[in-house]
Amino acid sequence: MEDESREQSQSPSTGMRLIVPLQGIVQGRGGLILGSVIPCAMFYFLQFYLKRRRSPPNLPHEQTSNPPSPTPSSSNLTELPRSASRSSLLLSRGSIGRPHVSSRVHSIAKSNDSPYYIGLDKVSADPYDRLNNPNGVIQLGLAENRLTLDLIENWITERLNESILSGIATYQPFDGMTELKVAMAGLMSQVVGRTVTFDPSQIVLTSGATPAIEILCFALADPGNAFLIPAPYYPGFDRDMKWRTGVELIPVHCHFAREKNIHIISDELFAASTFGDEEFVSMAEIIDSEDTDKDRVHIVYGLSKDLSLPGFRVGVIYSYNENVLTVSRKMTRFSPVSAPTQRLVTSMLSDTTFIKNYTEINRERLRAMYDLFVEGLKELGISCTKSSGGLYCWCDMSGLIRPYNEKGELDLWDKLLNVAKINITPGSSCHCIEPGWFRCCFTTLDETDIPVVIERIRLVVETCKSPS
Amino acid sequence: MAIEIVQPSVGLSKIAVSETHGEDSPYFAGWKAYDENPYHEIHNPSGVIQMGLAENQVSFDLLEEYLEANLESANWGQKVSGFRENALFQDYHGILSFRKAMASFMEQVRGGKAKFNPDRVVLTAGATAANELLTFILADPGDALLVPTPYYPGFDRDLRWRTGVQIVPIHCDSLNGFQITPEALEAAYDHATSMNIKVRGVLITNPSNPLGANIQRKVLEQILEFAIQKNIHLVSDEIYSGSAFYADEFVSIAEVLESRNYQDSERCHIVYSLSKDLGLPGFRVGTVYSYNDQVVTTARRMSSFTLISSQTQFLLASMLSDKEFTQKYIKINRERLKKRYEMIINGLKKAGIECLKGKAGLFCWMNLSPYLEEPTIKSELAIWKTIMHEVRLNISPGSSCHCFEPGWFRVCFANMSEETLEVALSRIHEFIKERKQGL
Repeated sequence: MEDESREQSQSPSTGMRLIVPLQGIVQGRGGLILGSVIPCAMFYFLQFYLKRRRSPPNLPHEQTSNPPSPTPSSSNLTELPRSASRSSLLLSRGSIGRPHVSSRVHSIAKSNDSPYYIGLDKVSADPYDRLNNPNGVIQLGLAENRLTLDLIENWITERLNESILSGIATYQPFDGMTELKVAMAGLMSQVVGRTVTFDPSQIVLTSGATPAIEILCFALADPGNAFLIPAPYYPGFDRDMKWRTGVELIPVHCHFAREKNIHIISDELFAASTFGDEEFVSMAEIIDSEDTDKDRVHIVYGLSKDLSLPGFRVGVIYSYNENVLTVSRKMTRFSPVSAPTQRLVTSMLSDTTFIKNYTEINRERLRAMYDLFVEGLKELGISCTKSSGGLYCWCDMSGLIRPYNEKGELDLWDKLLNVAKINITPGSSCHCIEPGWFRCCFTTLDETDIPVVIERIRLVVETCKSPS
Repeated sequence: MAIEIVQPSVGLSKIAVSETHGEDSPYFAGWKAYDENPYHEIHNPSGVIQMGLAENQVSFDLLEEYLEANLESANWGQKVSGFRENALFQDYHGILSFRKAMASFMEQVRGGKAKFNPDRVVLTAGATAANELLTFILADPGDALLVPTPYYPGFDRDLRWRTGVQIVPIHCDSLNGFQITPEALEAAYDHATSMNIKVRGVLITNPSNPLGANIQRKVLEQILEFAIQKNIHLVSDEIYSGSAFYADEFVSIAEVLESRNYQDSERCHIVYSLSKDLGLPGFRVGTVYSYNDQVVTTARRMSSFTLISSQTQFLLASMLSDKEFTQKYIKINRERLKKRYEMIINGLKKAGIECLKGKAGLFCWMNLSPYLEEPTIKSELAIWKTIMHEVRLNISPGSSCHCFEPGWFRVCFANMSEETLEVALSRIHEFIKERKQGL
């Protein structure tokens, strides 16, 4: 690439960074080879230099076609009267009497127009319930795993008796209590199958994977720098990585080249939610054999997916770079894990027999639900890429969209949301370059819900196939 | 023979390598001395006594008592389905009952003199996150917030580090008890303007840290007028509101706004937390309360980076909405803090040390200027080092709080037992005695 020579003459502090959501790889779409070959492929990246002067903040869109949507996934919560917010947004900055707010306020309004958030809103406004609201919107757009929560519930009711307050009310280290770091290191080692051991002193705990990723962006990149990110990717990255940090995301479609001297963030949030034939390989296993690359690798983990505890806000930054660890530890003051939760989770993770048992059963249930769901879609003529993990499948509905482009895809999404009343995530929200792909989460469902879902999709499929 | 390839080390961001995290300040150096040699009544009676940490341990027993008596509501107990919903709940609106409880508690702390709407409560994992969040929302990189001196050393990091926002100090001095004056506000604003820096707001802490004093109603009104006139925001960090010794002497900005029928309130925002008043800093419970709809909406979304654990929300919701308990707690907590304060003030007075007359907080603002070699920051730091290494007390020098008058120190008194406080006071007594003989 033409910029290669410029890159080499620049100081090492500039350059590209890469983010690799491994859940996207393990469940790759057609053509990507799964298994241990993938992480090697990840080292080959495009090399181009993108640092520029800090770009001006996004100017407010004076005419927003949709009002800002309130929230993903909420229940019976009262909302502020919308009219005031909307009118404030439409007023230009510096109007008389209104104190100025930062450009970040306006930039967030735009992103909430994404189908990803609109769909989540619709579900919360009218959530499906087998008994009480059988015509509600079915949630297939939220990567939440309800399949194995009963095991955790049982563990809680059987084990939880100690005094809540002893020794945890006072200030704790912001990057987490040592006991939890030790327990977390144990979990990560177990999840990866004991081929590597994770060192507790290289763990920084944060209130969820969301701040973990943001902290790494703050630490590794200046405003205007960019991260390469294989697409399709989790829509939340657009907000989590860019909003306050000012970094850019460059979606990389399909091919990569090796770039020396950039960072790699490996988001391994779904590491234990694998169920296929292909084995999950952590970045930690790869670099174990290549000592020189340690400084550039940072792993993000958490309990929101593998342990179904998204409410508890437990995330992990795992890094081999002492400088990054130092900075991250300081930044956790803005997003630490609540002490009673640390206590509870430490206790649970230290019960290694329970965790082993839980992970195995969870895998079985994931596989079973996946098989059922994919089979159901197959009956409708919809195929999915072969998955090995995650809480969702990647479905090819390109045959149903007309025209064969993003607009056609969004039309289908809209029909599925408003007519069939199922919320799935269109590939365009994930920056997928090929139209017609959809992400469908199946882990919020019960087995008995699947026929309902398939039936609803069938109705729409039929209208798509009939001559217009 | 292999040629060794030297890999250039992979770089970090400017934020990562900057000093803006502020942890090189004496404020933190003192903590290090304590960590290396912590006082313990029995095991290490000659260790360093920690008087640099504003933590409230005086009313802990009341909390423990309540939670033990109400274990059902503290754990999910037999309500298995309650656990499930709780574990999955990651909505940034927060659990409704908890938001209501926070609003209710904030009202109680203000003796019912102001009303709080749960829909304006935005939850964050601590006031640290709340202050940073507000700064991200109210100002762009390069802009400034005006902050009266002396101020909490953590602001240097919390308001500036990742936000790129600057702090321009509003100078206050002992001539009028470090109160904020309209002249000082104007001077700070003009100073910023002369440097081509856009001022976006004033951030006050009321009751003040490190002064341990309430801001008078009249002064609050002047600050509000100033903010209106300049068309900027007013952030009031009221994290110590429940630690004012006399309930009727603390005036919240909320009361001022209510008395004006909320005119001009859209520029006002309150930060609160349970870390000081309730002595639960480990739980990480903070809030942004804003009278501005747009700020509330944005703050909610931004709180995704700093959500409060749903377990913690659940744990505290019923306790905080129990008005009988909270009323009792607030009252007793105030009395105990007052007692502690009187103990330390009298003890210091006997040693020949005067303090600012404050009636709030977990600390007092002590004046050692008569004992400095010279009226300089250098002398202040010299005496601070002596106190740290020889007297073995970790106290916070005023210069680390950006106090421009040398010789003032913040001394915390609520994070230890009465016995330990006696030990600390006798050490100070000895030190001053020797110092007087030496001078």
